[in-house]
Amino acid sequence: MIGLMARKMGMTQIFESDSAIPVTLLKVEPGVIVDIKTQEKNSYCALQLGFGDVKENKLNKSLVGCFKKKNVPYKRMLREFKYQNIKEFKIGDVIGVDIFKVGETARVQGYSKGKGFSGTMKRHGFHGGPASHGGMMDRKPGSIGMCEYPGRVIKGKKMAGHYGNKKVTIKTSRVVFVDKENSIIGLKGGVLGGSGSWVKILKGKQQ
Amino acid sequence: MKSTYEFEKSYIEKQGKELPEIRSGDTVKVHTKIKEGEKERIQIFTGTVIRNRGSGLNKTLTVRKMSYGIGVERIFPLYSPSVEKIEIAKRGKVRRSRLYYLRERRGKAARIKEKR
Repeated sequence: MIGLMARKMGMTQIFESDSAIPVTLLKVEPGVIVDIKTQEKNSYCALQLGFGDVKENKLNKSLVGCFKKKNVPYKRMLREFKYQNIKEFKIGDVIGVDIFKVGETARVQGYSKGKGFSGTMKRHGFHGGPASHGGMMDRKPGSIGMCEYPGRVIKGKKMAGHYGNKKVTIKTSRVVFVDKENSIIGLKGGVLGGSGSWVKILKGKQQ
Repeated sequence: MKSTYEFEKSYIEKQGKELPEIRSGDTVKVHTKIKEGEKERIQIFTGTVIRNRGSGLNKTLTVRKMSYGIGVERIFPLYSPSVEKIEIAKRGKVRRSRLYYLRERRGKAARIKEKR
């Protein structure tokens, strides 16, 4: 599925008919086709896109060589998108926001905000203990298992630990706004990660 | 365009709605579109602004009026398409931005001095 990388700008609202709907604005980076993977050569079809301009001295020599050989501008990131109709495109083509249409479904992929080492209440939604009447088990996880049999903690037991900063996919996000001039897309509702973080927007539903 | 602030600014410009600068204590006439089945008509809500909240597209006004002895408050999102236009009938002179104290007052006590 074809897609692009974008940077989260923040949230606002847009009026649709009479009601306001929450919208996340994303600055979409136009993607330059750096490489095309073919069935014959790579046994799968995909487009390799480059995003974000960089200076030559920021890249290592092998990457510089790649860009020079294909005669495309230097790019910060390379991402592959599986795509069947590769014949529509050739190396050096630029794919912009206009591949997304208002009303379509899009998927958004990225890394959620990191929450550090979190307790069971935040991480797994445990209820914790009573807050008053002298209850001293405020945010504790409680019992984590049985006694001598089995004599161990069962694998996969929900406990405190690192939470967030994990790859998350939003499977149904509606496109409510596309601004080709400024390369901005508006998606209904929230999007993972903080403002300024990179996310991948994929066209259409999962197949 | 880099920020949501700039986006909201251009969105408001595109909408082409010109609104006067409204402050708490002002008496305003809010023209709202109301749909009745197929027909659309405009209703005017007149009252005092008791709260002026938010920024950009998110800006809202809380307008209070007395209707047959009962206080009625409505919150209007300024840039909603259902708000047709807003007129200022009177400028009020008040010393705070949130006029919640008007809720406890009736009649003469609920008056606001006019700004001249």
